Amino acid sequence: MRNDLCCNLLFDLSRPGLTGAQLPECDVPPQPLNALLPAAALAAAPLPLPEVAEPDLVRHFVNLSTQNMSVDTHFYPLGSCTMKYNPKRNERLAGLPGIIDLHPYQPESSLQGMLALLHASQEMLGEIAGLPAVSLQPAAGAHGEMTALLVAAAYFRDRQDRRSVVLIPDGAHGTNPASAAMAGFRTEPVRSTPEGLIDLDDLAAKLNTQVAVMMITNPNTLGIFEQRIRKITEMLHSVGALVYLDGANMNAIVGVARPGDFGADMMHFNPHKTFSGPHGGGGPGAGPIAVRSDLAPFLPTPLVVRRGEGFALDYDRPKSIGRVRSFFGNTGVLVRMYCYLRTLGPQGLRRVAENAVLNANYLLARVKSLLNVPHGDRCMHEFVASAARLKAETGASAMDVAKRLLDYGYHAPTVYFPLTVKEALMIEPTESESKTTLDAFAETLAQILQEPAETLHDAPHNTRVSRPDEVRAAREPILKWQG
Amino acid sequence: MYILNTADDQQAMLQAIGAASLESLFKMLPAEVRLQQDLNLPPALGELELTAHMAQLAAANRGAGEMVSFLGGGSYDHFVPALVDFVASRSEFYTAYTPYQAEASQGSLQAFFEYQTLITQLTGMDVSNASLYDGGSAAAEAVLMAIGATRRSGRVVVAASVHPEYRQILGTYLANLDVELHTVGTPQGTLAVADLAAALTPQTACVLVQHPNFFGCLEDMQALSDAAHKVGALLIVAVDPISLGVLKRPGEYGADIVVAEGQSLGTPLSFGGPFLGIMACREQFLRRMPGRLIGQTVDRRGRCCFVLTLQTREQHIRREKATSNICTNQGLLALRATVYLSAMGPQGLRQVAELCLQKSHYALGVLQATGLKPAFDRPMFKEFVVRAPGRDVQALIESGTAQGLFAGIPLGRWYPELSDALLVAVTEQRTKAQIDRLAQLWK
Repeated sequence: MRNDLCCNLLFDLSRPGLTGAQLPECDVPPQPLNALLPAAALAAAPLPLPEVAEPDLVRHFVNLSTQNMSVDTHFYPLGSCTMKYNPKRNERLAGLPGIIDLHPYQPESSLQGMLALLHASQEMLGEIAGLPAVSLQPAAGAHGEMTALLVAAAYFRDRQDRRSVVLIPDGAHGTNPASAAMAGFRTEPVRSTPEGLIDLDDLAAKLNTQVAVMMITNPNTLGIFEQRIRKITEMLHSVGALVYLDGANMNAIVGVARPGDFGADMMHFNPHKTFSGPHGGGGPGAGPIAVRSDLAPFLPTPLVVRRGEGFALDYDRPKSIGRVRSFFGNTGVLVRMYCYLRTLGPQGLRRVAENAVLNANYLLARVKSLLNVPHGDRCMHEFVASAARLKAETGASAMDVAKRLLDYGYHAPTVYFPLTVKEALMIEPTESESKTTLDAFAETLAQILQEPAETLHDAPHNTRVSRPDEVRAAREPILKWQG
Repeated sequence: MYILNTADDQQAMLQAIGAASLESLFKMLPAEVRLQQDLNLPPALGELELTAHMAQLAAANRGAGEMVSFLGGGSYDHFVPALVDFVASRSEFYTAYTPYQAEASQGSLQAFFEYQTLITQLTGMDVSNASLYDGGSAAAEAVLMAIGATRRSGRVVVAASVHPEYRQILGTYLANLDVELHTVGTPQGTLAVADLAAALTPQTACVLVQHPNFFGCLEDMQALSDAAHKVGALLIVAVDPISLGVLKRPGEYGADIVVAEGQSLGTPLSFGGPFLGIMACREQFLRRMPGRLIGQTVDRRGRCCFVLTLQTREQHIRREKATSNICTNQGLLALRATVYLSAMGPQGLRQVAELCLQKSHYALGVLQATGLKPAFDRPMFKEFVVRAPGRDVQALIESGTAQGLFAGIPLGRWYPELSDALLVAVTEQRTKAQIDRLAQLWK
């Protein structure tokens, strides 16, 4: 079964004269090129693209695809990424003619089905968030964060209230501080307690009328729900600040609790996580945001609104921050989200959260006898184990464990995040895995932890490549084919 | 749906956890934050009902498959070879995530490395990233990059002939930063070199130009490039990748950063997204680039392989000091562009570009014969603006839609002075007969 064809680069397959394209003859009277365009604008030489025929391309890309682990082929417990099953009906329905072939500027009368779908999506997300005003425009979670912070900035500017600080707990995703910086804010970290929760004393010390927003991930990146969330949001509101909820972990609470009900003023969703959009090898995602109704005027333009019997795109929004992306948004991802929400319904969504939390707690119960789990016996949708003891005793690190899991056919958990846990292994099984899979994973982990440290340190052994030299890649970057 | 635990499994799992019920797993949540009733959402649909429902929604739209479309404006009805859909529907690609674990992701990593190479070949630039969200946000990211690279935060100059939505995004991205966004008018359809020169200051970080521009016109890129560089500003150009089948590559006229909407390269219209943000630049700006970069290296056995690299630019390492907050890219769309470009090759892309060029000029000719006037006397590639003096443009668009034609994009929303004008795009998919039907509409 050995097949090394994938090792060829596309460019090695190129032979002059081959092509995978077959285009029609020109059916209008052709004019000489230099009669249509100035010579100075024209290319002097053909493009140096590869010349490859279709059968070679198929073999090349199909063989490449076999070099990936994916949700459809492997258990993929990558913490914080919610690698759940991607329903096939959603793929088919998102590809329907009349859905996939709509131009963003075609007349609204020819878009009523799509606008109805998007309007319903706005309403459903508003209901799930407990925050009624929704923009579907942001292209990814981090993009949603930035958009919401721009909305916050516009809100304060409108009130002539100058505020420059965004508070961020030390366990937050890196996108939070980066988004705040892009929106023009200064960031200040807020410490965690040893239990992994926001330190209220540190928060109180940092709270003043310079604070515009606090970004909170709840459940947080340790998989723990901030039990004092009401108190925290009240503290922020008491100085006039807004609370932003990073919705990355909504899979734990969808249908069980609503961010708007526990005091969040703004949030983003990750439809590619919570609502089953495929991750696409790193995108496309989408990052719709939901906000309190008094923040609605500042949302990006356009929104979908009801007009008469039908739906329209509303561009007349004078206080809007403008735009963060061209056209409407990552509609293809939103259509899959819509199909998922309509498939599950309210009870189905609640069962998602229940089973995501059940699976995570079950795996936690099995893993805690193998590795230290510093933040308690219970978790929400994910938990963070630490290989610090293993490292001290045998020298094998979290990364070594992660790499060895690949040998056994498991995608590795997220490693070295959050930064607040040493030798972190962040494990999120999602609801779409069975007890059988979780048992097999836990047994494999137990077996790996019994193996000699050298075996782990040299892992993976069964993959085509093992331990790429990342230092060399960064020191002398080779970012394209060298010819 | 999509839950694999049986009732027996659930009981066994709860027992292993030491929990009495599913409900008790949520005891971390204080009672006052718990939702007391079901979400108010429509009830669940089975696959048959959902399929019927979606078919009904789709039938209430009119897509490019059913209509004859002359719509462009940054989103084009180009042909997508079956090969592209075939590769992108391999679920080993589309159900994987960001290739953090290189050994488990060589397929995606190599494909993105090939993508980066193809983009440098297409643009004539030194380096490409592994993609951004879309052309518009890529343009805004390029401007932020230029501000950082030049350490100039006085002014950013943009031509009014750049896509109005790209300019709007730029305005939004810069709203809270201390930079002046200066727009130079383009009443003749392109950016005049003298007008650009007058707008440039010693504190100008960059000039953003689109070529061919939003109106379809070719800008005088060499002259604009020289003018920008004369004051030490960077030249950022937004290109139509298809146009590079015939037009000079941006690397050859001195562009510092190239961005593009990559939708034309094998991605369906999909009501404007997901699309593909292309970004390429000169080597010297590499470490300021946002987004993922894939590098070639060797593994511990000396085998050639690929990894995410230069991650110290990125948010998960640098946090608030990162070059951008970008986390995901548009991996699946980058894969589509990789397959598209490799299927087309130099000859195929040239043919597509020439077909667009010939057919759009033919279309302009037959529309002129009906009394429409070209708004601008400038060379154009696949798209042009025509004025319909004394005609009710909106009524004509509606009558076209009724006859199965999307006649063009009205421009009044963005350019009040062009409220009697339409932007008409002609791709390789339009036939002479379809173009003649468009002309018939105006007769």
